[in-house]
Amino acid sequence: MPDKPSLPETAPARGRLKIFLGYAAGVGKTYAMLEAARQCKNQAVDVVVGIVETHNQPETEAFLQGLEVIPPRKITYDNIPLPEMDIDAILRRQPRLALVDDLAHINTPGSRHARRYQDVLELLEAGVYVYSTLDIQNIESLKDVVAQITGMKVRETVPDSVMDAVTDIHLIDLPPDELVQRLKDGKVYVPIQDGHAVEKFFRIGNLTALRELALRRAAERVDVQMRAYMRTSAISGPWPAGERLLVCISPGALGEHLIRAARRLADELKGEWFAIYVETPNDARLSQEQRDQVARSLRLAEQLGARTISRPGQSVAETVLEYARRHNITKIIAGKPVRSRWIEALRGSVLDRLIRAGGNIDIYVISSEAEPQLRQIGEAWRPHRPLWRYLLAVLLAGAATGLGALIAPYFHPTNLVVIYLLSVVLAAVYLGRGPAILVSFLGVAAFDFFFVPPPLTLAVDDTEYLLTLIGLLAVSLVLSQLTAMVRLQAEAVQQREAETVELYELGRDLTVAADLEAVCQAAIFHVGQTFSREVAVFLPIGNSLKVYSVSPGLLVSDEDSGVATWTFEHGQVAGRGTETLSEATLRYQPLKTTRGVVGVLGVKPADPARYLSRDQVRTLDAFANQIALAVERASLAEQARQAEVLEITDKLQNALLNSISHDLRTPLVSITGALSSLADDRILLDESSRRSLVETASEEADRLNRLVGNLLDMTRLESGAMRIKRDACDIQDVIGSALEELGGRLGDRKIQVEIPSELPLIPLDFVLVERVLVNVIDNALKYSQADMPIEIKALAAGAFIEIEVADRGTGIPSEDLTRIFDKFYRVQRPGNVSGTGLGLAISKGIVQAQGGFISAENRAGGGTIITISLPLE
Amino acid sequence: MAEMNLRVLVVDDERSIRRFLKASLGSQFVVLEAASGEEALAAVASEHPDVVLLDLGLPDMDGVEVTRRLREWTQIPIIIVSVREQEKDKIAALDAGADDYLTKPFGVGELMARLRVALRRTTQIDNEPVFSTGNLVVDMNQREVRMNEQPVSLTPTEYDLLRTLVKHAGKVLTHDQLLRAVWGTAYESETHMLQVNISNLRRKIEPDPSRPIYIVTEPGVGYRLKIL
Repeated sequence: MPDKPSLPETAPARGRLKIFLGYAAGVGKTYAMLEAARQCKNQAVDVVVGIVETHNQPETEAFLQGLEVIPPRKITYDNIPLPEMDIDAILRRQPRLALVDDLAHINTPGSRHARRYQDVLELLEAGVYVYSTLDIQNIESLKDVVAQITGMKVRETVPDSVMDAVTDIHLIDLPPDELVQRLKDGKVYVPIQDGHAVEKFFRIGNLTALRELALRRAAERVDVQMRAYMRTSAISGPWPAGERLLVCISPGALGEHLIRAARRLADELKGEWFAIYVETPNDARLSQEQRDQVARSLRLAEQLGARTISRPGQSVAETVLEYARRHNITKIIAGKPVRSRWIEALRGSVLDRLIRAGGNIDIYVISSEAEPQLRQIGEAWRPHRPLWRYLLAVLLAGAATGLGALIAPYFHPTNLVVIYLLSVVLAAVYLGRGPAILVSFLGVAAFDFFFVPPPLTLAVDDTEYLLTLIGLLAVSLVLSQLTAMVRLQAEAVQQREAETVELYELGRDLTVAADLEAVCQAAIFHVGQTFSREVAVFLPIGNSLKVYSVSPGLLVSDEDSGVATWTFEHGQVAGRGTETLSEATLRYQPLKTTRGVVGVLGVKPADPARYLSRDQVRTLDAFANQIALAVERASLAEQARQAEVLEITDKLQNALLNSISHDLRTPLVSITGALSSLADDRILLDESSRRSLVETASEEADRLNRLVGNLLDMTRLESGAMRIKRDACDIQDVIGSALEELGGRLGDRKIQVEIPSELPLIPLDFVLVERVLVNVIDNALKYSQADMPIEIKALAAGAFIEIEVADRGTGIPSEDLTRIFDKFYRVQRPGNVSGTGLGLAISKGIVQAQGGFISAENRAGGGTIITISLPLE
Repeated sequence: MAEMNLRVLVVDDERSIRRFLKASLGSQFVVLEAASGEEALAAVASEHPDVVLLDLGLPDMDGVEVTRRLREWTQIPIIIVSVREQEKDKIAALDAGADDYLTKPFGVGELMARLRVALRRTTQIDNEPVFSTGNLVVDMNQREVRMNEQPVSLTPTEYDLLRTLVKHAGKVLTHDQLLRAVWGTAYESETHMLQVNISNLRRKIEPDPSRPIYIVTEPGVGYRLKIL
C-alpha cells in the first residue's frame, strides 16, 4: 500500500511541480498538459516545452503549435543519437514554466542525470515551475501492486519522495471502454512491442483496476491536504470533518440493527461515536425482555467501539439533546418510530422533538427495512421557545373552557373549577411557571366570563362566586408556583445525578489507569467532556512544573505556565473566573492530596465569555480530588517500579563483577604461587614437584589467556565492534582447526568427526566460527567424563549447514536448554566446573551475527547435542 | 646447526618481554635488543643479525612499515609477533615480506620451531630435489609424491600447490601468496579455489583429513606445511 504522502512544512521557495496523472498510456495526459500550458501562455506566462513526446499523434502535435520548444540534446549511445532534454538550455532560457513529458523516463547513459525526474528536480531547484506527466504504474511504491494487476514489471519508476514534493496532481481520467476504443483507432502510443502483451494490458479488468488505483491515490492526497490545512490553520473540532455521532437506544426491537448502522456511519465519516440510553420514569414499566434488549444494545455498542452513556431524564429527546450539545455531538442517529401513529400523535414522537429542537445537529433516521436507508433530515427551524409555551398556555385555557362549555349544561358551574385547576397543573408541569400563571389568570377570567352568571360578562351576580373565583386564582397561583418549584428541583436533582454519574465514570476510568499517562488521558477526556473545555495537566517534573498532557490542539503560553506554578505553590485556585490572576486564559485547579499538591489541572473554556457556574465549580473540585488521588497513586507506583528495577540492576552488576573478579584472580593464585615456590631458595623441591608446579602455572596461564580472550570477545560483540568477514570456507578445515586449537585439552578423548564429502564451501568467518567450535567443544569436554567420546557431525539441511557437537555427559536440565546461552550462566552442577560461562554466549553472538542459530537439546541415552546452523547464502 | 653464532634481534617495546626472550634464547643465540622501529632499522644495519623477531605493536612505527623498509635492502628472515585478533595486520606484514608469525602469548617451543625454520632458509640448499618429512616424500625431479611409500596421484594444480608449500616448508604462506604462486596474480582473493584444492590434497595425503598434521591451517592467514 502506498505511504501517505506528506506535504512540505512550509511553501518551498523554489519551483512547483504539477503532475498530470493517468492510469494508462493513452488517457490523454500529454494532451491535457499541453492544453493547460496553452492556457497559461494565453495568460502571458512564459512557457517553454522542455521535452514532449508526441508519438506522431496529430492532435497532440497540433497543440505544440505556438509553444516555444527548446531543442533536445542528442546523446549518442551505441552509435545512435537519442534525444534527451537539454537542461542547460532551459536554465539559460529561464522560463517561468517548463513542460517535461514522462517524469519516469530513464535517460540515455551519458546524460547528466540517470533519470528524468532528477532533471526536473534540478529545474525546480532553479525556480522553474514544471508540468509533467506520469502513469500510476510509474510510482515506486505501487510497482508491486501494478505488477500483480497487469502481470508486467515496470522499470521506469519515480520514487515516492519525489511524489511527496509534487504540489498539484491533475488526474486525467477516461472510462476504460473509451481507452480501448482509442487503442483500436490507433490513437494510443504503446511502448510495448509484443502485441500479445499489449492486448493483455489493455483488458477492461486491468484498466479498471489501474483506474481505481489512480483515483484513490489522488483522493488520498486531497484528504491529507485538507488535514494539513486544518493543522496549519490551527482549526480543531468541532469541525464538520471531525464527526461525533450519538446513537439513541430505545427499548424497541431496532436496537442491534441501529447500533451496527451507527458503527458503519461512524466508520464512513471517520468520527467518534457514542450510544446513549435515556431512563425515563416510564421505564419502570418495561418488561424484563425489553430491559435485556437495552442492555444488549449497550454492550454491543461498547464492543463495537462506542462510549456508552446512561442518563435519567423526563424526556428522551430533551435529555439526548442536552447531552449532545454539551459534548459537541455533530450527528444524532435514531431509529424510525415503531409506535403506532395514534400514540405518536398523542404523545409526540421522540424523533419529531429531536428534529425540531436539534438546532444545527443533523439527525439520521435508520429504518428497519432490510437495507438501512440513511436519510439525512436537514437542519430544522428552531422556534422561539418561550413564546410557544405561552401560546400553548393560552390554548390550554381555551381547551379547558371548551371542555367546560361541553359539560356545563349537566353540572353546576362551580364544578367546572376542577377543569381549570387541571389545566393549571398541566401547564405548571409541562410548560413552566410563567405559562402556568398565565393559565391561572386566563382560567379565572374565562370561568368568570363564560360560566359564572351572568354569562359573557365579567360581572358576578352571586357573591359566592366571588369566593370561588378568588379561591380558584389563589389555588392556581400556589399550584403553579409549587409545581414549578418541584419541577425545578427535579431538574436540579437530575443535573446533580448526571454529574455524579460523570464523576463515577471518571473514577472508574482512573481506577483502571495503569500509569501516569493513562491517568492524564482519562482526566483530560472526562473533564473535557463534562465541562466542554480543553484541559491541560501539569505535573512536577524535575524541579519545575511542566505540562504533562494536554487536550489535542491546546497551547499553553508561558504566562499561563506561571499561573499554574503559582497554583502549585500555593495550593489555591487561580486564573480565569477566580479572584486571583483572573486574566489568565485557563482556570487552574490544584490537585491536592493529604501529602500536598501533586499537580495542577488547567481548564480552558471553548467560549472565553463563559464562566463556570457555582455547581460546575463544585463538580470540578470533586473531579480534581479524584484526579489528584489517581496521580498520586500512579506516581508512587512509578517510583516503586523504578526502585525495584534499580535494585535488581545493582544486584546483577555486583554479582557479575564478583564473578569476573573471581575468575580472573583464581588462575593468578596458582601462577603466583607456583612461581614464588620455584623462586624461593628455602623451599626444597624434587624434580617431579618442580615439574608439577611449572605445569600448573602453565595451564593456569593458558586458562587466564582464554578468559581474557572471552571477555574481549564479549565486549566486542556487545559494542558491535566485531567485524564479520565472510569467505567461502571448508567446514572440515574449520573443525580441524578448532580441534588443533584445543590441543592438549582434548587429552585422550575419542573425537569422531563425520563430514560428508559433497558438502559445499560455506560463506563464514573462519576465525570466528573456529572460536565458536572451540567454545562448544570445550563445553562438551567440561560436562562429560574423560572417557566419553565426542561426536562432531556436519550436514546440509535445506538452506543451512548444521554442525552438531554431541557428548555423552550428564545432559542439561530442560529448563536450562535456552538459558545456557545467556551470559555468565552456568548450570549448577556438583563438581568443580571451571570457566566463566561466557563461551556459549559468545558462540551465540557470533553465530547470530552471521545469520545463523545455535541450540541445545538432550540426546537419548544421556548427553547433550549442541547444533549450530549457518546459512548457505 | 651451529646456532651458537647466530644472532637474533628482538624488537619489542615491552621490557619484560625482551627480558624473557633474552633469558630463554640466550643459551642458544646471541640476543640483541631494540625497543622501537627506528632502533630496529638501525640495529639491523649496524649489527647484521641473522634473524629479526619483530613486534607489530611498536610505538613509533607500524611493524608492517618496518618490514617494508627492511625488505628494501635486505632479505634477512623476519618473524613478526602480534596478538590474536589482528589477522589483517599479520597478512599485511607477510605480504610485505615477513617470513612467519607468532601469536602472543606464545611458548618458547613454538618460537624455537619458527626460528629454526626461518634460519634454515638461509642455509637451505634450494636445489634439493627431494623433500621428505614424516611419511611424506615429494620428489620434485620426478614430480612424484609418496605417502607411506605409496604413490599419490595428484592433479597438476594440486601438485603445484604442494610444491609451493614444500618450497616454503615450515613457513606460513598467506592465501594470496598461494593463489599468486599457483594460479597467478589474476586469481587473488579467489579463496574458494584454494580451499577446494587444499581439501582435496588433504584427503589424498593426510592420514586423517579432518585432523591434518602436514598441511596445517593458520586461521584467517593461510596455510603451512609442517616439518615433523
